[in-house]
Amino acid sequence: MGPMVGALSSSDRAALRQLARTELPRLYALARRLGGVDPEDLVQECLLRACRSFGSLRDLQAGPRWLTTILTNTWRDWLRKELREPDEVPVEEDGPFSLYHVIEEEDPFPYSDTLHVDVLGAFSEHDVREVLQRVPPRYRVALVLRYIEGYSAAEVAEMLERPPGTVMSQLHRARQRFEQEMWRYAGESGLLVGAAAGERSVRGEVGS
Amino acid sequence: MTSPIGCGEAVRRLWEFLDGGLDQRDQRQVEEHLAWCLRCCGEVAFARELRGLLRTRTGIMLPDDVRDRMERFIEHLGDGTEERGRP
Repeated sequence: MGPMVGALSSSDRAALRQLARTELPRLYALARRLGGVDPEDLVQECLLRACRSFGSLRDLQAGPRWLTTILTNTWRDWLRKELREPDEVPVEEDGPFSLYHVIEEEDPFPYSDTLHVDVLGAFSEHDVREVLQRVPPRYRVALVLRYIEGYSAAEVAEMLERPPGTVMSQLHRARQRFEQEMWRYAGESGLLVGAAAGERSVRGEVGS
Repeated sequence: MTSPIGCGEAVRRLWEFLDGGLDQRDQRQVEEHLAWCLRCCGEVAFARELRGLLRTRTGIMLPDDVRDRMERFIEHLGDGTEERGRP
Protein backbone atom coordinates (compact mmCIF):
# COMPACT_ATOMS: atom_id res chain seq x y z
CA MET A 1 0.00 0.00 0.00
CA GLY A 2 1.41 3.42 -1.02
CA PRO A 3 1.70 6.44 1.24
CA MET A 4 -1.46 8.32 2.10
CA VAL A 5 -2.27 11.19 -0.23
CA GLY A 6 -1.39 14.42 1.52
CA ALA A 7 0.75 12.81 4.24
CA LEU A 8 3.89 14.85 4.93
CA SER A 9 6.97 14.37 7.09
CA SER A 10 6.57 15.85 10.56
CA SER A 11 8.86 18.83 9.86
CA ASP A 12 7.10 19.64 6.56
CA ARG A 13 3.75 19.22 8.28
CA ALA A 14 4.70 21.68 11.01
CA ALA A 15 6.04 24.18 8.45
CA LEU A 16 2.93 23.97 6.30
CA ARG A 17 0.57 24.30 9.26
CA GLN A 18 2.49 27.32 10.53
CA LEU A 19 2.37 28.92 7.09
CA ALA A 20 -1.35 28.16 6.75
CA ARG A 21 -2.18 29.65 10.16
CA THR A 22 -0.21 32.82 9.44
CA GLU A 23 -1.71 33.28 6.00
CA LEU A 24 -5.27 32.26 6.87
CA PRO A 25 -6.78 35.78 7.29
CA ARG A 26 -5.18 36.98 4.05
CA LEU A 27 -6.22 33.87 2.10
CA TYR A 28 -9.79 34.16 3.35
CA ALA A 29 -9.94 37.84 2.38
CA LEU A 30 -8.47 37.03 -1.03
CA ALA A 31 -11.06 34.28 -1.55
CA ARG A 32 -13.87 36.68 -0.64
CA ARG A 33 -12.56 39.37 -2.96
CA LEU A 34 -12.14 36.97 -5.88
CA GLY A 35 -15.78 36.03 -5.20
CA GLY A 36 -18.22 33.74 -6.97
CA VAL A 37 -17.45 30.69 -4.78
CA ASP A 38 -17.69 29.77 -1.10
CA PRO A 39 -14.54 31.38 0.36
CA GLU A 40 -14.11 28.79 3.09
CA ASP A 41 -14.28 25.92 0.60
CA LEU A 42 -11.81 27.70 -1.64
CA VAL A 43 -9.27 28.18 1.17
CA GLN A 44 -9.63 24.54 2.25
CA GLU A 45 -9.09 23.29 -1.31
CA CYS A 46 -6.13 25.64 -1.68
CA LEU A 47 -4.52 24.21 1.47
CA LEU A 48 -5.16 20.62 0.35
CA ARG A 49 -3.47 21.36 -2.97
CA ALA A 50 -0.64 23.09 -1.12
CA CYS A 51 -0.24 19.96 0.98
CA ARG A 52 -0.02 17.76 -2.12
CA SER A 53 2.63 19.96 -3.74
CA PHE A 54 4.49 21.11 -0.64
CA GLY A 55 7.67 19.51 -2.01
CA SER A 56 7.70 22.07 -4.83
CA LEU A 57 8.08 24.93 -2.33
CA ARG A 58 11.85 25.30 -1.95
CA ASP A 59 11.92 28.51 0.04
CA LEU A 60 9.44 29.07 2.90
CA GLN A 61 9.86 32.82 2.44
CA ALA A 62 8.07 32.40 -0.90
CA GLY A 63 5.21 30.61 0.89
CA PRO A 64 2.69 33.50 0.92
CA ARG A 65 3.01 34.11 -2.82
CA TRP A 66 3.01 30.37 -3.51
CA LEU A 67 -0.30 30.03 -1.61
CA THR A 68 -1.74 33.04 -3.46
CA THR A 69 -0.93 31.35 -6.77
CA ILE A 70 -2.49 28.06 -5.66
CA LEU A 71 -5.65 29.77 -4.38
CA THR A 72 -5.99 31.85 -7.55
CA ASN A 73 -5.52 28.82 -9.79
CA THR A 74 -8.04 26.81 -7.78
CA TRP A 75 -10.52 29.66 -8.12
CA ARG A 76 -9.88 29.77 -11.88
CA ASP A 77 -10.46 26.03 -12.12
CA TRP A 78 -13.76 26.38 -10.28
CA LEU A 79 -14.89 29.37 -12.31
CA ARG A 80 -13.68 28.11 -15.69
CA LYS A 81 -17.12 28.52 -17.28
CA GLU A 82 -17.73 32.05 -15.97
CA LEU A 83 -14.22 33.13 -16.97
CA ARG A 84 -14.97 32.15 -20.58
CA GLU A 85 -18.21 34.14 -20.78
CA PRO A 86 -17.97 37.20 -23.02
CA ASP A 87 -18.15 40.60 -21.35
CA GLU A 88 -21.61 42.07 -21.97
CA VAL A 89 -20.27 45.61 -21.85
CA PRO A 90 -18.76 46.57 -25.20
CA VAL A 91 -15.12 47.58 -25.17
CA GLU A 92 -14.69 51.33 -25.35
CA GLU A 93 -17.17 51.91 -28.12
CA ASP A 94 -17.19 55.64 -27.39
CA GLY A 95 -13.54 55.88 -26.41
CA PRO A 96 -12.13 55.05 -22.98
CA PHE A 97 -14.51 55.49 -20.04
CA SER A 98 -13.21 58.04 -17.57
CA LEU A 99 -14.98 58.28 -14.22
CA TYR A 100 -13.07 61.49 -13.64
CA HIS A 101 -14.70 63.13 -16.67
CA VAL A 102 -18.14 61.64 -16.05
CA ILE A 103 -18.12 63.11 -12.53
CA GLU A 104 -17.06 66.45 -13.94
CA GLU A 105 -19.81 66.41 -16.56
CA GLU A 106 -22.60 65.13 -14.29
CA ASP A 107 -21.48 67.25 -11.32
CA PRO A 108 -23.43 65.38 -8.61
CA PHE A 109 -22.30 67.80 -5.86
CA PRO A 110 -22.85 71.23 -7.42
CA TYR A 111 -21.69 73.10 -4.32
CA SER A 112 -18.54 71.12 -3.77
CA ASP A 113 -15.05 72.48 -4.21
CA THR A 114 -13.67 68.98 -3.98
CA LEU A 115 -16.09 67.23 -6.29
CA HIS A 116 -14.10 64.11 -7.17
CA VAL A 117 -12.95 63.42 -3.62
CA ASP A 118 -16.52 63.87 -2.35
CA VAL A 119 -17.86 61.36 -4.87
CA LEU A 120 -15.30 58.77 -3.80
CA GLY A 121 -16.06 59.59 -0.16
CA ALA A 122 -19.70 58.59 -0.69
CA PHE A 123 -18.61 54.95 -1.18
CA SER A 124 -18.49 52.93 2.03
CA GLU A 125 -16.37 49.80 2.42
CA HIS A 126 -19.49 47.76 1.71
CA ASP A 127 -20.13 49.73 -1.49
CA VAL A 128 -16.58 49.28 -2.79
CA ARG A 129 -16.72 45.52 -2.12
CA GLU A 130 -20.05 45.36 -3.97
CA VAL A 131 -18.65 47.26 -6.94
CA LEU A 132 -15.66 44.92 -7.06
CA GLN A 133 -18.00 41.92 -7.29
CA ARG A 134 -19.77 43.50 -10.27
CA VAL A 135 -16.55 43.52 -12.29
CA PRO A 136 -16.44 40.34 -14.42
CA PRO A 137 -14.24 37.63 -12.83
CA ARG A 138 -11.53 37.67 -15.48
CA TYR A 139 -10.89 41.38 -14.84
CA ARG A 140 -11.59 41.21 -11.11
CA VAL A 141 -8.75 38.75 -10.54
CA ALA A 142 -6.26 41.15 -12.15
CA LEU A 143 -7.53 44.09 -10.06
CA VAL A 144 -7.38 42.10 -6.83
CA LEU A 145 -3.89 40.71 -7.38
CA ARG A 146 -2.40 43.96 -8.67
CA TYR A 147 -4.07 46.70 -6.64
CA ILE A 148 -5.25 45.01 -3.45
CA GLU A 149 -2.68 42.25 -2.95
CA GLY A 150 0.01 44.56 -4.37
CA TYR A 151 1.81 42.18 -6.74
CA SER A 152 3.62 43.75 -9.69
CA ALA A 153 2.15 43.35 -13.17
CA ALA A 154 4.98 40.94 -14.01
CA GLU A 155 4.18 38.82 -10.92
CA VAL A 156 0.47 38.79 -11.82
CA ALA A 157 1.38 37.63 -15.32
CA GLU A 158 3.42 34.80 -13.84
CA MET A 159 0.63 33.81 -11.43
CA LEU A 160 -2.03 33.81 -14.15
CA GLU A 161 0.35 32.18 -16.67
CA ARG A 162 -0.32 34.94 -19.19
CA PRO A 163 2.11 37.06 -21.24
CA PRO A 164 2.85 40.41 -19.51
CA GLY A 165 1.30 42.34 -22.42
CA THR A 166 -1.97 40.42 -22.05
CA VAL A 167 -2.05 41.20 -18.32
CA MET A 168 -1.40 44.89 -18.98
CA SER A 169 -4.43 45.00 -21.34
CA GLN A 170 -6.46 43.00 -18.82
CA LEU A 171 -5.55 45.52 -16.10
CA HIS A 172 -6.47 48.45 -18.30
CA ARG A 173 -9.84 46.91 -19.08
CA ALA A 174 -10.28 45.96 -15.41
CA ARG A 175 -9.76 49.56 -14.26
CA GLN A 176 -12.22 50.79 -16.86
CA ARG A 177 -14.81 48.25 -15.78
CA PHE A 178 -14.28 49.12 -12.13
CA GLU A 179 -14.86 52.82 -12.88
CA GLN A 180 -17.93 52.04 -15.00
CA GLU A 181 -19.37 49.82 -12.30
CA MET A 182 -18.72 52.47 -9.65
CA TRP A 183 -20.76 54.97 -11.61
CA ARG A 184 -23.50 52.46 -12.37
CA TYR A 185 -23.65 51.34 -8.72
CA ALA A 186 -23.81 54.95 -7.52
CA GLY A 187 -26.78 55.53 -9.83
CA GLU A 188 -28.63 52.35 -8.89
CA SER A 189 -28.15 52.72 -5.16
CA GLY A 190 -28.86 56.44 -5.08
CA LEU A 191 -25.50 56.97 -3.43
CA LEU A 192 -24.88 60.39 -4.91
CA VAL A 193 -28.48 61.56 -5.16
CA GLY A 194 -28.97 61.10 -1.44
CA ALA A 195 -25.68 62.76 -0.61
CA ALA A 196 -26.37 65.69 -2.94
CA ALA A 197 -29.83 66.09 -1.44
CA GLY A 198 -28.20 66.05 1.99
CA GLU A 199 -25.80 68.72 0.89
CA ARG A 200 -28.69 70.88 -0.35
CA SER A 201 -30.63 70.17 2.80
CA VAL A 202 -27.75 71.41 4.92
CA ARG A 203 -27.89 74.61 2.91
CA GLY A 204 -31.64 74.89 3.48
CA GLU A 205 -32.54 74.39 -0.15
CA VAL A 206 -34.67 71.25 0.17
CA GLY A 207 -38.36 71.78 0.73
CA SER A 208 -37.93 75.52 0.97
CA MET B 1 12.58 64.87 -25.21
CA THR B 2 10.55 61.87 -26.30
CA SER B 3 7.78 61.81 -28.90
CA PRO B 4 4.63 63.42 -27.44
CA ILE B 5 1.56 61.38 -26.50
CA GLY B 6 -2.11 62.44 -26.34
CA CYS B 7 -4.46 62.44 -23.35
CA GLY B 8 -5.95 59.04 -24.27
CA GLU B 9 -2.57 57.34 -24.15
CA ALA B 10 -1.49 59.23 -21.01
CA VAL B 11 -4.68 58.22 -19.19
CA ARG B 12 -4.30 54.61 -20.30
CA ARG B 13 -0.86 54.48 -18.68
CA LEU B 14 -1.79 56.47 -15.59
CA TRP B 15 -2.10 53.74 -12.97
CA GLU B 16 1.09 52.02 -14.02
CA PHE B 17 2.75 55.44 -14.08
CA LEU B 18 1.74 56.00 -10.46
CA ASP B 19 3.13 52.61 -9.53
CA GLY B 20 6.38 53.21 -11.39
CA GLY B 21 5.52 50.17 -13.49
CA LEU B 22 6.29 51.73 -16.86
CA ASP B 23 9.57 51.43 -18.69
CA GLN B 24 11.77 54.51 -18.76
CA ARG B 25 10.60 55.80 -22.15
CA ASP B 26 6.87 55.40 -21.37
CA GLN B 27 7.35 56.95 -17.92
CA ARG B 28 9.12 59.94 -19.47
CA GLN B 29 6.39 60.38 -22.09
CA VAL B 30 3.70 60.55 -19.40
CA GLU B 31 5.79 62.97 -17.31
CA GLU B 32 6.24 65.26 -20.32
CA HIS B 33 2.54 65.11 -21.08
CA LEU B 34 1.64 65.98 -17.49
CA ALA B 35 4.04 68.93 -17.53
CA TRP B 36 1.64 70.87 -19.75
CA CYS B 37 -1.74 69.09 -19.59
CA LEU B 38 -3.74 70.33 -16.60
CA ARG B 39 -6.67 68.11 -17.49
CA CYS B 40 -4.55 64.98 -17.11
CA CYS B 41 -3.04 66.30 -13.85
CA GLY B 42 -6.57 66.14 -12.43
CA GLU B 43 -6.83 62.59 -13.71
CA VAL B 44 -3.58 61.67 -11.95
CA ALA B 45 -4.81 62.95 -8.60
CA PHE B 46 -8.11 61.12 -9.08
CA ALA B 47 -6.42 57.87 -10.15
CA ARG B 48 -4.29 58.07 -7.00
CA GLU B 49 -7.40 58.46 -4.83
CA LEU B 50 -9.23 55.68 -6.63
CA ARG B 51 -6.32 53.28 -6.28
CA GLY B 52 -6.14 54.12 -2.58
CA LEU B 53 -9.86 53.47 -2.21
CA LEU B 54 -9.51 50.05 -3.81
CA ARG B 55 -6.75 49.17 -1.39
CA THR B 56 -8.21 50.61 1.80
CA ARG B 57 -11.96 50.09 1.42
CA THR B 58 -12.06 46.43 0.57
CA GLY B 59 -11.05 45.16 4.01
CA ILE B 60 -12.42 41.76 5.02
CA MET B 61 -12.17 40.31 8.50
CA LEU B 62 -11.93 36.59 9.17
CA PRO B 63 -15.10 35.70 11.14
CA ASP B 64 -14.49 33.85 14.43
CA ASP B 65 -16.56 30.80 13.44
CA VAL B 66 -14.63 30.44 10.17
CA ARG B 67 -11.35 30.85 12.04
CA ASP B 68 -12.33 28.08 14.50
CA ARG B 69 -13.31 25.66 11.73
CA MET B 70 -10.22 26.44 9.68
CA GLU B 71 -7.94 26.04 12.71
CA ARG B 72 -9.36 22.54 13.21
CA PHE B 73 -8.86 21.81 9.54
CA ILE B 74 -5.25 23.03 9.65
CA GLU B 75 -4.56 20.89 12.74
CA HIS B 76 -4.94 17.81 10.53
CA LEU B 77 -3.31 19.26 7.44
CA GLY B 78 -0.60 16.98 6.11
CA ASP B 79 -1.32 13.91 8.25
CA GLY B 80 -3.39 12.28 5.50
CA THR B 81 -6.64 12.38 7.45
CA GLU B 82 -7.82 15.86 6.57
CA GLU B 83 -10.92 16.20 4.49
CA ARG B 84 -12.88 19.08 3.11
CA GLY B 85 -16.22 20.09 4.47
CA ARG B 86 -17.68 21.43 7.66
CA PRO B 87 -19.03 19.66 10.71
